[in-house]
Amino acid sequence: MTELLQFAFSGLTVGAVYALVALGFTLIYNSCDVINFAQGEFVMLGGMTTVFLGLAGVPLPLAACLAVVLTVAVGLALHRFAIEPARDSGAVVLIIITIGASIFLRGAAQVIFDKRFHTLPPFVGGEAIRVAGAAILPQSLVVLAGAVIILVLLCAFIERTLIGKAMVATAANEIAARLVGIDTRGVVGLSFAISAAIGAVAGILITPVALTSYDVGTLLALKGFAAAMLGGIGSAVGAVVGGLVLGLLEAYAAGYVSSQYKDAVAFLVILIVLLAMPRGLFGRAPVERV
Amino acid sequence: MRGLLNHRLFPALAMSAVVVLLPLVFPSAYYYRVAALVFVFALAAVGLNLLMGFAGQVSLGHAGFMGIGAYAVAIGPTHLNLPSWLAFVGGAGLSALVAFAVGRPILRLKGHYLAVATLGFGLLLAIAFSNEARFTGGPDGMAVPRLAVFGLSVRGAQAWYWITAASFLIGAVLSLNLIESPTGRALRAIHDSEVAARVLGVDVARMKLAIFVVSAVYASVAGSYFAFLNGHITPDVSGFLRSIELVAMVVLGGLGSVAGSLVGAALLVMLPQTLTSLHDYEHMALGLIIMVVMIFLRAGIVPTLARALRRA
Amino acid sequence: MPAYANRGAVIAVLLAIWAGQACAQVKLGAVLSVTGPASFLGDPEKKTLEMYVDDINAKGGVNGQKLQLVVYDDGADANAARTFATRLVEEDKVVAMVGGTTTGATLAMMPVFEEAQIPLISLAGAVQIIEPVRKWVFKTPHTDRMACQKIFADLKQRNLTTIALISGTDAFGKSMRDQCVAVAPQAGISIAHEESYGPRDSDMTPQLTNIKGKAGVQAVINPGFGQGPAIVTRNYRQLGIALPVYQSHGVASKQFIELAGPAADGVRLPAAALLVAEKLPDNDAQKPVVVAYTQTYQQKTGQPVSTFGGHAYDGLMILVEAAKRAGSFDAAKVRDEIEKTKNFVGTGGIVNMSPNDHLGLDLSAFRMLEIKAGDWTLVQ
Repeated sequence: MTELLQFAFSGLTVGAVYALVALGFTLIYNSCDVINFAQGEFVMLGGMTTVFLGLAGVPLPLAACLAVVLTVAVGLALHRFAIEPARDSGAVVLIIITIGASIFLRGAAQVIFDKRFHTLPPFVGGEAIRVAGAAILPQSLVVLAGAVIILVLLCAFIERTLIGKAMVATAANEIAARLVGIDTRGVVGLSFAISAAIGAVAGILITPVALTSYDVGTLLALKGFAAAMLGGIGSAVGAVVGGLVLGLLEAYAAGYVSSQYKDAVAFLVILIVLLAMPRGLFGRAPVERV
Repeated sequence: MRGLLNHRLFPALAMSAVVVLLPLVFPSAYYYRVAALVFVFALAAVGLNLLMGFAGQVSLGHAGFMGIGAYAVAIGPTHLNLPSWLAFVGGAGLSALVAFAVGRPILRLKGHYLAVATLGFGLLLAIAFSNEARFTGGPDGMAVPRLAVFGLSVRGAQAWYWITAASFLIGAVLSLNLIESPTGRALRAIHDSEVAARVLGVDVARMKLAIFVVSAVYASVAGSYFAFLNGHITPDVSGFLRSIELVAMVVLGGLGSVAGSLVGAALLVMLPQTLTSLHDYEHMALGLIIMVVMIFLRAGIVPTLARALRRA
Repeated sequence: MPAYANRGAVIAVLLAIWAGQACAQVKLGAVLSVTGPASFLGDPEKKTLEMYVDDINAKGGVNGQKLQLVVYDDGADANAARTFATRLVEEDKVVAMVGGTTTGATLAMMPVFEEAQIPLISLAGAVQIIEPVRKWVFKTPHTDRMACQKIFADLKQRNLTTIALISGTDAFGKSMRDQCVAVAPQAGISIAHEESYGPRDSDMTPQLTNIKGKAGVQAVINPGFGQGPAIVTRNYRQLGIALPVYQSHGVASKQFIELAGPAADGVRLPAAALLVAEKLPDNDAQKPVVVAYTQTYQQKTGQPVSTFGGHAYDGLMILVEAAKRAGSFDAAKVRDEIEKTKNFVGTGGIVNMSPNDHLGLDLSAFRMLEIKAGDWTLVQ
């Protein structure tokens, strides 16, 4: 029982990060059908910028805010200079562009920051909290809470505000949205900005637990993408659930099956789920025009 | 002249000319080696192009098949006492088998879901290669015994240049012929619209599986050459980054263009070599070049240039 | 054309060539993993080589010639390393190479240098680089087998014989784990349980929970490098495991202590004397060398010193000393002199090479360190 709980804590902590990255993927995919492989670099930028601003003497809360602002700027720049010019290309071309962008951002991070690992002090206390024999770090609870809060805020934004509705409209049918006067370019840019912000916040929250360095983005993008597909690309709730499930799968595979093959087991399960539910857990079957 | 340019094998002819003339300007063995590497990756890219460019199926795990071919020629002679050429053929056969077994279920998925499934497949293989150290030498890899043909062992970058160039040209010709055949037309129909293709009587599932197997064999052969060329193989031959590299080669060169696969491979193999003078800024430059090429030459390098030349 | 004009031209050309040779630069190659998963190792190596080659050149060079360092970044990719090795040999025409940050890259490059008959001093950890001994291949870092032996010896001293291993699945972690398993029986140590983690994983509590739950385990060893060990150490404290824990020399940099935080207290590891430079007794033969290197490195880069840069320093200096003894940069002569290195005081230890030993270090080159109050201390 203790073990079960401990594995669950581990899985949820890691899963919360995957969930936030997956959320970023889903948001951008929803607005413009692009799989943004630079999503992981947003997470990296959030963490690394905060660390380096902190080292330069900026108080950490302010450093964190500035890091988010900087990452949002990078996200907007990515949209404006890399995605917008190639709007009418096929999906694969846009994927390669985002891959090029992620290589570029990683290379820039190497030069601007450095190649070492860094950490941030935890937000609340450092001692682990014991629950039924299992130990969870307070920071893990912060990450989980952060993921849930962001999801709730995002859903509220989409459902309740006019801009949110504009995003839904753009996702449903871009031409129709433009016809009713929605600035679709602005909406897509906004989705990049929000995605970048979510990624940056995820990076800042997870650094006290998982450390950060210039190349944390690659693996996170991979797992976030898998999590987003597991949950069903296009569904925000699916992204978060997918992320948490992936984290839990990895933890349980490491604990009960084989720590060497935990990633393999997790992916195998994803494959099986996708074969049984080809649209992911929460995905809607799209209408295909013949 | 117009007839020659439009002949389906013209790209192969042009590339043959390049292959034959290039060594005249090579100052040292280093250039032969880089060129051989270009042909190896171009071969894998041609196979992937068949899958992605013509049949329209995305695969983010294709390096896994390269890994099977590479480890086959390492494990075969070392652990199973097979002659290298037999291991080479065996690797291709094994890749075809694995592609058949794995392709049947996962090719039912579409678009990004297929991408994730192939991604998982590639990762599984990379993890297996890294963990099973008893057979594969683990993350440090294992040595690959030299290829011996009729008692003579193949050594030197020059020999491999000609071998890989010839293999690539054969692969390219086969590919060009396939594209213009009824099978090729069926593939392109599937790419445009699976439903319409089915209505016309194309057995979509069988076609997709067949082309998946063919592209896997291309990758396996390329992987075997890769192993021979390096004399040493590590698990990241089938890693995620390699798979992405292959996809990038295909897309940068031009989806659906065989000559494009060669150009894309040349670009991504030679760029790291030419950018070394930039030291710390190498990756920034690489990322920038990829983005710029994709934004301005949207259809890929070769198709865009061909279109521009035709208009001129 | 008059005959004397021809002769004059030939003499002029010969003079030009001779003059060119006199101020010719000798090229040293270095293929390092400056980016990628091993950049933690390759970055200090590159900085060290660059700073000391500049230093040597400022003092007049070697044998009257200036050194030119040619560095290529293989990104921990063995294929790239092999291509760069060919480039160094064929294009740049280097006389020797100090490099090969990872074992995989070194293994891929060795055949190139053996065939070209150019000495290679590797900076990678695995024992298989020098076992079996290859004529043209040497190495400066302690082997992973030595690390296991040093840890086992310390365990025996503390009367601990049953251990658990948690290793990274990266090349370094796996290689050291294999060595530990191989030498454990003869050291009288039994391995009760094994776990592993990916080098980029962010949480190892499931694996550590399994170790915690295994009865009879008296100590834990963590072969690995990079961020993994720091996270393992933190998780270890988080779960409240009180057993002694040993790290490997893969974490040999102050950064590990910074990252692991208070959880690092009590952790022991085998490392080169370089990490405790200031704390060495004054009569220690290594003290002057390690103190000088520490000061130079920290002053020039602003980052804490690490043994990885130290190994690069040792490799470069062994090569330079050998070239000085050989009186030239002829590859075969330099190789012979490298093999004759005796009583070379480096950051890693005192090096005594021989035709059967291309590393030249023994277990005394490793010191057992313990982390106390955020700093390294020597275990007596």
